[in-house]
Amino acid sequence: MLAAVIASAVLVAAAAMLALVRVERGPSMLDRAVALDALTMTLVGAIAVEAIWSRRTETIPILVALSMVGFVSSVTLSRFAAREPTGESQGREPEDVAAQARTSDVSRAETRRAGHDDDLAPTDDEGTEGEVRG
Amino acid sequence: MTEVDPGTWTTVADAVAAVCMLLGAYFTLAAGVGLVRFPSLLARMHTVTKPQVLGLVLLLAALALRVRSWSAVAMLVLVVVFQLATSPVAAHMVGRAGFRTGKVDDAELELNELRETPAGLRLDEPGIDEPGVDEPGVDEPGSAETRRT
Repeated sequence: MLAAVIASAVLVAAAAMLALVRVERGPSMLDRAVALDALTMTLVGAIAVEAIWSRRTETIPILVALSMVGFVSSVTLSRFAAREPTGESQGREPEDVAAQARTSDVSRAETRRAGHDDDLAPTDDEGTEGEVRG
Repeated sequence: MTEVDPGTWTTVADAVAAVCMLLGAYFTLAAGVGLVRFPSLLARMHTVTKPQVLGLVLLLAALALRVRSWSAVAMLVLVVVFQLATSPVAAHMVGRAGFRTGKVDDAELELNELRETPAGLRLDEPGIDEPGVDEPGVDEPGSAETRRT
């Protein structure tokens, strides 16, 4: 039993690490939401493995609570998912953020620069009011 | 089934629990690998929705076989029911949001049932929105109100 528990713990921990990799790398917020969902379910599995080893039943209500609320994050994130700029996965460059802030204040045609048209076009139209409703 | 030592059933249950636990951990790992390796949003959503739930159900079955008390089994059944009920909801919401925000590649889909009314083209369909709403001056990608269903 000990060997099986150790092997399962290693597998579940590796799965959690892979989910974390996707959280860090995910190109869009929806990928991160999906990966966080997977991370929550992996956590439920890890607690289950621990309870299997120690034969405790006190941790089972934790599993119930986690499975009840685990999907709320991904549902909420996808509810408010907006159109994101394509082609960038990590944080944005400071000049892009500054340009976007300026376009929201001033009229768009003036401040739009030639090099940033492709980056900023989706956010100009869909920035804060382009959330998915319904 | 007569005259079997109770210790035998304990051993059998523990062995089955160990097998279920290893299978469940394997499926969980498979879901994690797919989450990293698959190329698109819908494929990653598939791994989180299907192998992950199956692995979790196997792990909880192993736990039920191991603790062998009815109150614990009742709560574990509750966990399984919640997972089976909520993961399709989450997958549906993520898939719909991904489609509407342009993260789903059309060429990837075998059958695109939403092609007739994609999110951005609602203004061109007079039968869907109210006729008075679609003014010609509104931007084509659509404000949020035009996309509400």
